Amino acid sequence: MVSNPLTRNIDLSRPPFDLAAYEAVDGYRGLREIARGLEPSDVLDKVKDSGLKGRGGAGFPTGLKWSFVPMGDDAPKQKYFVVNADEMEPGTFKDRLLMEGDPHLLIDGMIIASYAIQANTAYIFLRGEYTESERILRKALAEARERGYLGNNILDTGFDLEIILHTSAGRYICGEETALLNALEGKRANPRAKPPFPQVSGLWGKPTIVNNVETVCNLPGIMAWGIDWYRGLTKGNDHGTKLFGVSGKVRSPGCWELPLGTPIRELMEVYAGGMRDGLELKGFLPGGGSTDFMLPEHLDLNLDYDDIAGAGSRLATGTMIVLDSQTCPVGMIGNLMTFFSHESCGYCTPCRDGLPWVNEIFRAFEAGKGSHRDLAILEEHVDYLGPGKTFCALAPGATAPLGSGLRYFREDFERHISEQRCPYKQ
Amino acid sequence: MNTEENQLIASTTVAADYLRETEIAEIEHERTLYPDARAVGLEALKIVQKHRGWVSDESLRAVAEYLRLPIAELEGVATFFNLIYRRPVGRNVILYCNSVSCWIMGCEQVKDKIAGELGIDFGETTTDGNFTLIPVPCLGDCDRAPVMMVGPDQHRNLDRADLGAIFAQYRKGKE
Repeated sequence: MVSNPLTRNIDLSRPPFDLAAYEAVDGYRGLREIARGLEPSDVLDKVKDSGLKGRGGAGFPTGLKWSFVPMGDDAPKQKYFVVNADEMEPGTFKDRLLMEGDPHLLIDGMIIASYAIQANTAYIFLRGEYTESERILRKALAEARERGYLGNNILDTGFDLEIILHTSAGRYICGEETALLNALEGKRANPRAKPPFPQVSGLWGKPTIVNNVETVCNLPGIMAWGIDWYRGLTKGNDHGTKLFGVSGKVRSPGCWELPLGTPIRELMEVYAGGMRDGLELKGFLPGGGSTDFMLPEHLDLNLDYDDIAGAGSRLATGTMIVLDSQTCPVGMIGNLMTFFSHESCGYCTPCRDGLPWVNEIFRAFEAGKGSHRDLAILEEHVDYLGPGKTFCALAPGATAPLGSGLRYFREDFERHISEQRCPYKQ
Repeated sequence: MNTEENQLIASTTVAADYLRETEIAEIEHERTLYPDARAVGLEALKIVQKHRGWVSDESLRAVAEYLRLPIAELEGVATFFNLIYRRPVGRNVILYCNSVSCWIMGCEQVKDKIAGELGIDFGETTTDGNFTLIPVPCLGDCDRAPVMMVGPDQHRNLDRADLGAIFAQYRKGKE
């Protein structure tokens, strides 16, 4: 049986599979099941039963998210399915691999999802900088249209679907699903108040589902090989496989598809090859820049949503950023704070004014001018910018590496103050 | 020269430029993909930029008038998104990743080399008009950091790359 449904067709040394090659390996089987009479509710049930959780960062159950979309005769006729392909979380490089390595997998998944919620228009919200992904996806979309998998009355099902590839004009905040919808509507990408949730009132006020690229790429396998197969993939509590990446000063940085529940140590030491010579692991962010630091003592935990949460962090995007013993943790967190303060959309005060203040303090530390008073202000901001205090999750995301960094690398902050310089600089 | 504040409202005071036929054709195509003019507005700015390199006050006004959108609203959109350039840029825009994985892998040192090679800092354009250097959030190639884009092309493992050779191919390509 297939054990790597997300990456089984990916080989970056050759062009990705075209439609015929993709179909020859069980591609678009979900669509054929639909043509044989599968109802939208059957698709929804399968996805619910699979236990699939969103792979974009929040880890919300995908089937549950879909189930909030109004269905039936009374439901609005116009609905939208949107793929969040705005990969911009610092240290995250997994959706690019999927789109450039196997574009038909994403389209296959989009057709399944759109059918399940009865959306006749779907958008791929793609990062503008992903020019290679754009080229590859446009070609694959043209093939699918040519073959009759997109358009009107697909395979005589009576179901119509158009997929439109939208390239973004930038900004990290567009990854937040309601900000993404505003950007698609041609507005400034400020997040929206929730409720109403996009499932009920989303794009142009219509019911809308926004799913991450990797989430959608899980759907073809679930449809082709079933729930028992899918639930059997895992080594842990959560179902399926996931892309896991490692960047930083390890021997072989990269991105691999592994069963959920794989030990972190295996990812770090077997796949990424361990630390480079002369370096030790000091800590790591397990799922991009918005996650709490974890320590070497956590290596024997598993890559599982609950396990990582138990250590005070989040699995999130599953792409780890490694902090080594010769890289300054204060500098690393400072880099993240520069990013977050720059990418604040400016809508709510704590985020707009708090993050630049935090960033200024890190610049002072960098210049050897940090003080204990500064440290106290940073501590305060972990609270002021935390969950529930801001309009969206951007600033709370920033407090994850900040708060955990202050806790775990206190000594490094203290040394910056007592030595009035960065002790990592020669 | 106007002050910064004056420049921000300039698009409301200048005369509109003309949109070219190819631009109008592309804007009309976008109209078929989105249900209202507002969504097309952002796409139209990208189209104008593709043809002219950047979005001037005059061309922003032209787009607003063509799509019947409030100028100030379109200006608000244009200045929000970092890939819409409201000032002239060089023939090749360098989007230089300075996010965390690239930072760990030494992007600041490489950036100093680039600044030396081209004689420009972030936000500046070379005197020959070939390159503009702009920082960009994580380019999603973290296992091959540090990375940057020159025009539409991704360049990876910059700590080991021959930067002079990379830039030379763009200087030649545009002659």
